[in-house]
Amino acid sequence: MDLSYSEKHEAFRKDLRTFLDEKLPKRLSDKVRLGQRLTKEDMEEWHAILQTRNWLAGHWPEEYGGSGWDAVERHIFEEETTRANAPRILPFGIMMLGPVLMKFGSEDQKAHWLPRILNGTDWWCQGYSEPGAGSDLAALKTTAERDGDHYVVNGQKTWTTLAQYADHIFCLVRTGKDGKKQEGISFLLIDMDDPGIEVRPIYLIDGGAEVNEVWFKDVRVPVENLVGEENQGWTIAKYLLTHERTNIAGVGFATQALENLKRIAGLEHQAGKPLIEDPLFAAEIARLEIQLMAMATTNLRVVSAAAEGNAPGAESSMLKVKGTVIRQELNDLTRRACGPYAMPFVSEALEAGSNVEPVGPDYAAPVSGKYFNNRKLSIYGGSNEVQKQIIAKMKLGA
Amino acid sequence: MDFTLTEERQMLQDGLRRMLADKVDPKAVARGDTAWSTETWEALAEMGVIGALFSEDDGGFGGAGFDLMVVFEEMGRAGAPEPLMETLIAGGLIAELGSDAQKAHLDAVIGGAVQLAFAHSEPGARFDLERVATEARQDGDGWILTGRKSVVANGGEADYIVVSARVSGNTGDRDGLALFLVPKGTEGLDLRDYPLTGGGRGAEIAMEDMRLPADALLGEAGHAFPAIERANARAVAAQTAEALGLMERIKDLTADYLQQRTQFDKPLIKFQALAFRMADVLIEIEQARSAVINLCGHLDADRETRELHVSATKQLVGETAKLVVEESIQMHGGIGITQEYDLAHFARRLTMVEHRFGDALFHLGRFSRLRMA
Ligand SMILES: Cc1cc2nc3c(=O)[nH]c(=O)nc-3n(C[C@H](O)[C@H](O)[C@H](O)COP(=O)(O)OP(=O)(O)OC[C@H]3O[C@@H](n4cnc5c(N)ncnc54)[C@H](O)[C@@H]3O)c2cc1C
Repeated sequence: MDLSYSEKHEAFRKDLRTFLDEKLPKRLSDKVRLGQRLTKEDMEEWHAILQTRNWLAGHWPEEYGGSGWDAVERHIFEEETTRANAPRILPFGIMMLGPVLMKFGSEDQKAHWLPRILNGTDWWCQGYSEPGAGSDLAALKTTAERDGDHYVVNGQKTWTTLAQYADHIFCLVRTGKDGKKQEGISFLLIDMDDPGIEVRPIYLIDGGAEVNEVWFKDVRVPVENLVGEENQGWTIAKYLLTHERTNIAGVGFATQALENLKRIAGLEHQAGKPLIEDPLFAAEIARLEIQLMAMATTNLRVVSAAAEGNAPGAESSMLKVKGTVIRQELNDLTRRACGPYAMPFVSEALEAGSNVEPVGPDYAAPVSGKYFNNRKLSIYGGSNEVQKQIIAKMKLGA
Repeated sequence: MDFTLTEERQMLQDGLRRMLADKVDPKAVARGDTAWSTETWEALAEMGVIGALFSEDDGGFGGAGFDLMVVFEEMGRAGAPEPLMETLIAGGLIAELGSDAQKAHLDAVIGGAVQLAFAHSEPGARFDLERVATEARQDGDGWILTGRKSVVANGGEADYIVVSARVSGNTGDRDGLALFLVPKGTEGLDLRDYPLTGGGRGAEIAMEDMRLPADALLGEAGHAFPAIERANARAVAAQTAEALGLMERIKDLTADYLQQRTQFDKPLIKFQALAFRMADVLIEIEQARSAVINLCGHLDADRETRELHVSATKQLVGETAKLVVEESIQMHGGIGITQEYDLAHFARRLTMVEHRFGDALFHLGRFSRLRMA
């Protein structure tokens, strides 16, 4: 047992800090700090900056343009980038599709798609969920029928994050009707510019439109865009779920949220004293900080085990449940810390460069929206109920 | 003991429920299309709902705690954003403290023609009722006010704003407060108004040497605190009743959804993990109802008893609101956080209950201090 970082890891942290000091544009970190909405260009800009050091997909092997990071390096990266208020890396190409292609893709597919993920040519989104297939993903109905050198795709995906920016979508589609419903599913790459695709925004409870419905009507997809074998899609989906739940605990985000909460509680006043000196409020903050300190180590324990080749199963589900609940509780307390100033709903104040001033202190503007929006954390990526089912199955024989 | 409603209150409840179900569109409020509707307001006045908040002596036909409970529970059930709360608070202060000339406005208030607001809370005051820094100094016969008020609900629409200010003492003192009845458009009053999460509008108010005539003073200068605290208690009763209505509505929506939504070839309610959590929600809502009844039944009790109930009820309802909002969203899945589904508006409105008149933590602390005292 040794909780200290090795020299190599300390050097990496130092290098990373210098890089963030020098290369992270203040315009972007200000937006993140103030909870303002990032544009497509903002995200692309940050990806490109990271890729100058092969840090965009640092955990990818070097042969594919990554840096071959180990679990601790990934952890340090997360910790430092969130501390610096860097935009988060979009997961769809880098955390999801990339690893799938490395494991199941043909050589041609890898050579074609992987560099385009890293150099920003393609923006991917994830087309799994459908109106009738949420937790019960295998109930999906979108069909892909073979017609010569093409699949013809018909159906509807929903909750597709940032599909409005994406030019490609990876989809689970139904290619077989026989046997168990898990058996007839395939993994297909689709160009969003293809005729027959329509994207419609879904407005969320915080007023933003980060998710969409994606409709497919007779969309023709070349067969070479099939990943793996036909009807092997469920295996691929499961691989993604158990092997690529990176950053699932969100320790970096939680640490940042805790700092922000403490700062706000130091600025707000109750009974003429800083709120953070109120024993009840201070105890609530402390309770979350104690949880987070343990969470950070739980996270490192799981990623270390994973690095030694033990596929995290139930453990990554534990991280997901605990990590999301801690973040949501931090959002809840931050909203409370702002008192009455959590009430104004001035959506424009969340757009950077808008000349609409926030009402009250600037830190209060995003807190309610963030609280509501982050209810998603326990819903997507496998809901917390689904995670508990996995834990109960794997650990308890339920 | 009798926990049934009188016949009049039963009729009021039925009529109001039907009228609001017909008029309030939660989706439109959630999209921000309407802050609130004058048509609904007129219907409220016509049905005697505004009058139900005032005693017969003041020209109304109610005003008791259980009148507030019936009215505001229905407002909550519908998610109605109409500024009835502001009429209750500011109108109540006028009724309690006003001169005959000032009370003459109440007819128009009850008839729905005059809008009111209460500008009390200030930046940095959070939920402390006595923390007023706005200054009022005497100037010949009249008064001059300088200071800022924050998140004044309905401030932009109000024809009259009841403004609190300090005539003596320090920011946190209970003594030395006064109330003023300020007509819309008074010179020296600067106002920025904006939408509130969950519906309705709020305003930031800045007063810079705002001159008021002598007859703007409401009640006695320097001794307004007890009336403010009483008005606050009535507001908390109304607000927790509204929260109760919102919880009932959210619970119904969620229970229906769990029956309708199928995953893994079963309605979600058939999964015991969810059914048990829904059962918890039902249990806690019944507790919240009892807490609201406790407060509404003690509004006219002595100050100590009343305030103990204010904090007890507000604490319990605040905690229950969080449970109901978070569990109902979670059990809905993705649809629970979309603006185009009714839950979004109800969840936002219910959550905002915790940002006015003190949240669960604030009242937990206050309750223990009151109990200890
Ligand atoms: C903001 C956001 C972004 C998203 N982005 C994407 C995306 O980019 N791509 C994509 O494909 N999908 C995306 N999703 C979809 C997400 O994966 C689904 O919302 C999730 O799988 C849950 O499905 P559902 O919403 O249909 O809820 P349902 O499956 O209907 O579940 C409703 C509730 O019932 C519970 N439940 C279901 N079955 C059981 C059971 N057997 N036992 C106990 N409880 C159960 C669930 O946990 C949940 O609490 C996103 C969702 C959100 C909210």
